[in-house]
Amino acid sequence: MKHRVATTVNGRRHEHEVEPRLLLVHHLRDNLGLTGTHIGCDTSQCGACTILVDGMAVKSCTMFAVQAEGKSLTTIEGMAKDGELHPIQQAFWDEHGLQCGYCTPGFIMAASYLLSQNPNPTEDEIRKGLEGNLCRCTGYVNIIKAVQTAAKAMGGTQAKPTERAAVRRS
Amino acid sequence: MAVTTMIGAKIHRREDPKLVTGHGSYVDDLRQVGMLYMSVVRSAQAHARIKSIDITEAGKAPGVVAIYTARDFKTVISGGLPVTESLIADKKYVPNQFPIAETEVVYFGEPVAVVLAVERYQAADAAEQVQVDYEPLPVVVDFEKAMQKGSEKAHSDGPDNIAWDVKFPGGDIEAAFKEADVVVKERILQQRVFPLSMEPRVVLANFVPFGNQLTLWTSTQVPHFVRIFLCFGLGIPESQIRVISPDVGGGFGSKLRPYPEEYLAAAASKLSGSPVKWVEGRTENLQATTHGRGHIFDIEVAAKRDGTLLGLKVTNLSDNGAYIGVFGALQSALAMLLAPGCYKWKAFDGRTVGILSNKMSTDPYRGAGRPEAAHLVERAVDLVAHELKMDPADVRRKNFPTEKEFPFTNPLGMVYDSGNYAKTLDKAMQIVGYKELRRRQAELRKQGRYLGIGLSTYVEICGVGPSAATDHVSGSISLVESSVVRVHPTGSVTVAVGTHSHGQGHDTTFSQIVADTLGVPYESVQINHGDTADTPFGYGTYGSRSLPVGGISIYKSCQKVVDKAKKIAAHMLEAAEADVVFDQGRFHVKGSPDRAKTMGEVAFRAHQTGLPDGMEEGLEAVTYFDPPNFTWPFGAHICVVEVDPDTGAVDIQKYIAVDDCGNVINPMIVDGQIHGGVAQGIGQALFEEVVYDSDTGQLRTGTLLDYSIPGIGEIPDLELDRTITPSPTNDLGVKGVGEAGTIAASAAVINAICDALSPLGIKHVDMPASPDRLWKMIQEARK
Repeated sequence: MKHRVATTVNGRRHEHEVEPRLLLVHHLRDNLGLTGTHIGCDTSQCGACTILVDGMAVKSCTMFAVQAEGKSLTTIEGMAKDGELHPIQQAFWDEHGLQCGYCTPGFIMAASYLLSQNPNPTEDEIRKGLEGNLCRCTGYVNIIKAVQTAAKAMGGTQAKPTERAAVRRS
Repeated sequence: MAVTTMIGAKIHRREDPKLVTGHGSYVDDLRQVGMLYMSVVRSAQAHARIKSIDITEAGKAPGVVAIYTARDFKTVISGGLPVTESLIADKKYVPNQFPIAETEVVYFGEPVAVVLAVERYQAADAAEQVQVDYEPLPVVVDFEKAMQKGSEKAHSDGPDNIAWDVKFPGGDIEAAFKEADVVVKERILQQRVFPLSMEPRVVLANFVPFGNQLTLWTSTQVPHFVRIFLCFGLGIPESQIRVISPDVGGGFGSKLRPYPEEYLAAAASKLSGSPVKWVEGRTENLQATTHGRGHIFDIEVAAKRDGTLLGLKVTNLSDNGAYIGVFGALQSALAMLLAPGCYKWKAFDGRTVGILSNKMSTDPYRGAGRPEAAHLVERAVDLVAHELKMDPADVRRKNFPTEKEFPFTNPLGMVYDSGNYAKTLDKAMQIVGYKELRRRQAELRKQGRYLGIGLSTYVEICGVGPSAATDHVSGSISLVESSVVRVHPTGSVTVAVGTHSHGQGHDTTFSQIVADTLGVPYESVQINHGDTADTPFGYGTYGSRSLPVGGISIYKSCQKVVDKAKKIAAHMLEAAEADVVFDQGRFHVKGSPDRAKTMGEVAFRAHQTGLPDGMEEGLEAVTYFDPPNFTWPFGAHICVVEVDPDTGAVDIQKYIAVDDCGNVINPMIVDGQIHGGVAQGIGQALFEEVVYDSDTGQLRTGTLLDYSIPGIGEIPDLELDRTITPSPTNDLGVKGVGEAGTIAASAAVINAICDALSPLGIKHVDMPASPDRLWKMIQEARK
């Protein structure tokens, strides 16, 4: 039996009939064609599939598509606006914060949530804030630099911290 | 070379904008009309006879289109997967691997059937309903026991479990040991690890029914290599197979062989008449993608009282798994050839034994044999220093060849092209503040704290490979690398190469070389790789070869283009060719730089009528570059740790890496390669280990819940520096850098831990140096 799920993704409204067991990440990739959200494990360790659900970082393999009913989602494709890279995307580019690029969308989305909660994180806070994401290429050195650079570039533009708890994990 | 503007510059990667915006194109992002999903039914047993496979229930499951077993595949696939048998001079037993098991499974996770279904989840559901009846056979897990006479066999029809047994003699080893004041012995383990690229493998096969044509998108480091073997296996002419390796999410050596699933997806597409996609889940990836390392090294070191190294004996037992990996023997061979490291031994003696067991194959993982070599020889030197109560830095310095001794020949006849080992060590020691650190260490020891300083001065062999050297091990395959450089009529340039970039940033690095050498704008250069339809044959990317072999091929093609362009420019300038000079993209007559023709103007002219007599139109060149020697990057890494004796936890306080990879094309990319390499070395040193159940051969580290790769909290800030000792082997003086970090790092970390724990009498620690392992060792030592 299929269920109707209506979501707003990157500002655009979508309606689909989906199996209740369909993972949100497969819904995004296979039904909506948003393939920038990647899958790097099947046990919710790697964070490659991280997106924002109502502004909160979520591993989209830990949610069913039907649980996204009525929610507003942001994926990596929704970060650049008007032909301009988001400052976090720009910072990952500038600081060589990616190599193969597979984990990158997840890191950028997780960093986006981190900076929305803590616009000026210390190195330690960046390490804690991104511990749900794995990268095998960079040794993380330049990812940390990228987040620091992004924080500087975004100075003051981020929303104030909300009541929400830390990054959602499995 | 002319004055350059791009080579050596920190150019931001042209690959990145699409990747940071989610517009990369990895294989799982692609679809074909009418595409079916393939799910692989894998063996739940490590060693068993297949009595029967019942597909009745699975066949009735929703969406299922077909279920195939070995019997079906045998109608379209012939032969087996490739093995570089000729690498193994004294090969013993090389089992043939068909892509799917028919009568006997020999490792946990081996394919036994595939299901094709309309939807992703339907294929997975139905795969679970395929019933396989197994008759268990004795399981061989412990590979050291497996080499003994009378051992149970990994393949029931094999003569024994010995894949190869080869000696690597280098000089009079007995004489060297006779001279010795001290001899130290140690067993050094290299545990199995998962390469674990973040993108698992994915294959999308589209066989055109009745057309005998195949397009295969696959996440691989070696598209041309895959095409050759699919041609052999499927009987489709090589020209009718197009292999495309688009964006690839990392490889680290685990994607440099043709895999069973590539054959199976292609064959399933042929059998079903539909495009077929297979996506490897992570759990599947850990079972079915090749593992790295997996060795035991027994070493004996002879030295004089003053620290002079004399002789090194190494016996290597290699845990191949059930099938010899395509390059499985290469790792052991490289480990042998490089085991002498960067020291002047009088003699070396090596022996490697390849052993079959009921496990996944081991194959290259970043460094492939060289991390193993560096680890054992760097441990060996520290063991000598410990025995003689000398500073490990002094023992190293005493035994380095000096700068003037290059080219330096090691006891196995390998000729190191250039080096200055003392310089990198000095620089690293200066950065870390070595003397002060030793003082601090002594103070902390008085307080019962365990600070350790670990040195790793490595040399590596890169740029595979000169055919003169590889001929006898490659089966006469010349491991050249290729390029086509084509200047279009309007002056922009397309370069097609046989290498493949999957994180290394070749598009950027290669474009820098082309822009400088042709004197054209960087932005006007396009690099094509990964699609066999529009790239020349090449051996792909591994072994830090893409720059020192592939990059030089590009440079040489550019030179050929310049040579032809010069002739055309002379014609345009109505001058003798000998009077025309080429300077930063402009051709002019000597002494008249104002009246010049740009490369773009010459390119346009090259496509017009009225060229010099006998000259063909167009401006392009092809090069298959066979390097005269390997390249030999080197460096010195220093790791500083503190070990908590109450918990066994290791805190990496500092990590310094001073590397020398010859001339640098893009320093940002070079640093990034070192960062990633060091992180993987730290991962092996501290966290990672593949564990199979010793009785059943089941994979106990079967998910990322059970296997830990370093996270962002576990890699310290890495302090990098470099020296530059150009390679005399090639025109650009480059050496390659893809593996250096991994090769150096595990020894630096483990040497630091051993140094930290030396007051307890601990001489050697194996990997991973987990808190559990260290805590037990510390407790034992304190008894």
